[in-house]
Amino acid sequence: MSRRAIRDLWRAGVVLVLVMLALPGVVHAGDQISDEQARTLLEGLDASGFEAKGEAVERIASSQATQRERWLQALLEGRLARERRGEHFYIITDDAGREWPIIDAITLEDAGTGSRRTINTITINNTLRTRIEGALAAMSLTAGDVSARLAAARALLGTLDEASAPGVEDTLADEEDPAVREQLETALALYRVQQGDVAALETLRGHLDTRVRNALVPLAEGDGELAGEARRVLAGIERKREWHQRVQTLFFGLSAGSILVLAAIGLAITFGVMGVINMAHGELIMLGAYSAWWLQQLLPGQPGLALLLAIPFGFLVAAAFGIAIERSVIRFLKGRPLETLLATFGVSLILQQLVRTVFSPLNRAVAAPEWLRGSWQVTEALSISYSRLAVLIFCLVVFAALWAVMRFTRLGLEVRAVTQNRDMARAMGVRAARVDMLTFGLGAGVAGLAGVALSQITNVGPNLGQNYIVDSFLVVVFGGVGNLWGTLVAGMTLGVLNQVLQPWVGAVLAKIVVLVGVILFIQKRPQGLFPPRGRVS
Amino acid sequence: MSQVRTVSSGTGSVRRSMGHLSDRTTTFTCAVLMMAAVLVVGLNLLPSDHALHVGDATVSLLGKYCCYMLLALAVDLIWGYLGILSLGHGAFFALGGYAMGLYLNAQGANVDGWQAWLGHFPLAMLAVVLAPGLLALVFGWLAFRSRVTGVYFSIITQAMTFALMLAFNRNEMGVGGSTGLTRFRELLGMPLNSHAMTVALFVASLMAVLLAFVVCRMITTSRLGRVCIATRDAEARTRFLGYRVEHVKLAVFVVSAVMAGIAGALYVPQVGIINPGSFAPLFSIEVVVWVALGGRATLFGALIGALVVNWLKTVLTTEMPDAWLFILGGLFVVVTMALPQGIAGLAASLRRNRGGSAHE
Repeated sequence: MSRRAIRDLWRAGVVLVLVMLALPGVVHAGDQISDEQARTLLEGLDASGFEAKGEAVERIASSQATQRERWLQALLEGRLARERRGEHFYIITDDAGREWPIIDAITLEDAGTGSRRTINTITINNTLRTRIEGALAAMSLTAGDVSARLAAARALLGTLDEASAPGVEDTLADEEDPAVREQLETALALYRVQQGDVAALETLRGHLDTRVRNALVPLAEGDGELAGEARRVLAGIERKREWHQRVQTLFFGLSAGSILVLAAIGLAITFGVMGVINMAHGELIMLGAYSAWWLQQLLPGQPGLALLLAIPFGFLVAAAFGIAIERSVIRFLKGRPLETLLATFGVSLILQQLVRTVFSPLNRAVAAPEWLRGSWQVTEALSISYSRLAVLIFCLVVFAALWAVMRFTRLGLEVRAVTQNRDMARAMGVRAARVDMLTFGLGAGVAGLAGVALSQITNVGPNLGQNYIVDSFLVVVFGGVGNLWGTLVAGMTLGVLNQVLQPWVGAVLAKIVVLVGVILFIQKRPQGLFPPRGRVS
Repeated sequence: MSQVRTVSSGTGSVRRSMGHLSDRTTTFTCAVLMMAAVLVVGLNLLPSDHALHVGDATVSLLGKYCCYMLLALAVDLIWGYLGILSLGHGAFFALGGYAMGLYLNAQGANVDGWQAWLGHFPLAMLAVVLAPGLLALVFGWLAFRSRVTGVYFSIITQAMTFALMLAFNRNEMGVGGSTGLTRFRELLGMPLNSHAMTVALFVASLMAVLLAFVVCRMITTSRLGRVCIATRDAEARTRFLGYRVEHVKLAVFVVSAVMAGIAGALYVPQVGIINPGSFAPLFSIEVVVWVALGGRATLFGALIGALVVNWLKTVLTTEMPDAWLFILGGLFVVVTMALPQGIAGLAASLRRNRGGSAHE
């Protein structure tokens, strides 16, 4: 059969299908083809040559058989078989082992088992494979809901040839969904450009799909109007991709930075506001993460609910431990920062070993709930994962809440009073010891919240806190002690800086560069980015 | 009279320090160290079935403790007498260790480039001193010049050792990546695992401790030492009196770093491995607790602390590994809260009490 004939067949098929779509009632009535007709269609597949098989595939694709998608799919996977010395066709549902469970290809009813001795699978070659795939794509292009059509249209890009392009043109004429239309137009434009049509390049301008770019690269070589135009379009695409990449890097940086901010913001209160060096801060983060894990064990099958409950629970657990540390150790070391540092470091070792003994030294994975999985594909070159987005939002919410507490509540007022002048605050009737305890509990609780967020990013283990303690202190010192805004800006800056450096020097070296950079920065401005104004007693 | 004083003021500090060297604690500590050396070597020479025989393994372990004692001295010198809490002294220790490790690695193996240079013993020894010394010089110069003090200094030293740990973990550094350097064969042409080498390394480590103790003692009792203590107790006042506080700090910090580097260099041939784990912030902070337990600002206290904690660690990590971190953590808390002067301070107060009651 000539190509022309195939094209005609294609057209006929597409038109038929469109008619069926337009007349659902009729489609339903004409849905059923007789078993005899189905058998005839399948017998075409059992022809000796691959060319003949290809024609049979086209016939099936343009037929009204309800099972046609099943057949072609099975054929593609090598699971369509014919009975040896018999009339029946089967689809193998599981081809592991020697005896395969099979179903009848026409009635789709269970047909027992088959083996190499009783049935013959129908073989295909690569040319045929491409043809079957094309036919399957074309089928879903015209049938199914919008998302199926969109997926099929997307798959078409770069695969069009002389045979299939007219069919797509017809489909485009009848397509109404704008997104599907756009995909179809792009696919057609790419096909036309490849045929030498300069005007069609206009449609491809600024298109971000890698397949468009890859197809344009060979065209841009050499001279001529087409090559020159293609080069310009390609340059435009590259520029646009770069911008999207930058936005992506910025987002990664912000989400990495928000983790830093979450880890450091508790410290900004205990270290920054109270002046207490709490080396066990990392372990309070770890406890928050473990409480998220533990709640998930209590509520199996409901990771979403467990995670939401873990937010208050993690806060309370970490705050309780924090208050216990404050009451038992830190209170007695007031005004001796180096001793406080050592003692709280001891506490951190004890907490680590406690978790190792009670739970296990192994890392635990906390499952992500359904609504945090996957990512939001903004454009072809820009995707944002929901979990990172959630951490970013969570960080900002926690920051805002904390800032509001310090700014508007009675506790915040008392904390600021005690920080500025402890004796005067006490003279005014502020119970400084109680304020110390609550402030420390607040900072510790926020560390717990950071742990809950971290459990969605990394595995939970006894060493979780240690990985963040050095970074957290640097963020607080970098931002300027006693300044919540400074911590936010510093954390975000370090996160973005790290991500920007990574493609050039690699992840580890980027971290080293940032560390050294902050060390040097502190030499230059020991008070951090936002030094406290005036005299701090 | 006044003329004499003016003339002798230059040598006065030296004489005074020499005079202090002969005080009771120093003599006692030096004597104990010498006796330990003689005793261990002597007991090691006994036949191996003798009840008092000290095996090579124990000698090697004691040699390791000596390196820790040297490191503790280095930390005590700057923390005890200058009030600088360095949480990154493990970095200097590890740098010295890596210099030695690279020398050992170059023996009988094919290495190229700068690593081949370290195959020469004098150059390697120079590197042992220079690598930590230069790092301390640059880092200290930057930090002290801009008056980074107290906990800020502690935090950035911790960041420094953390950054170095990440850097040495990279395979591109060419120093073994995360596995580090190991499988050393010989030192100065002698096989490392021989009996004579074990004893020699032990004696060398002990002598290094003795020497470092004397040097520290000389520093702390000299005029420089007095300025150090003045800086520790009232930095601004010392500065206003006309002392260049940052120079004093820098000088002592570099000396301390070099001591730590030498400790690392002696440590590596005795344990047979050096890896980036030595840069871990935990190790550096552990050293501080040795000093805190022994008694800050008493040099013999640092020695006792290093010995006691490491002996405990050896025993406990084999007997009940789970308990070790509880004990170490507990030590941090108890020492800082109940024993601010450490074992040395406890001993001193006990002696004072006894003396006081005897007078009554």
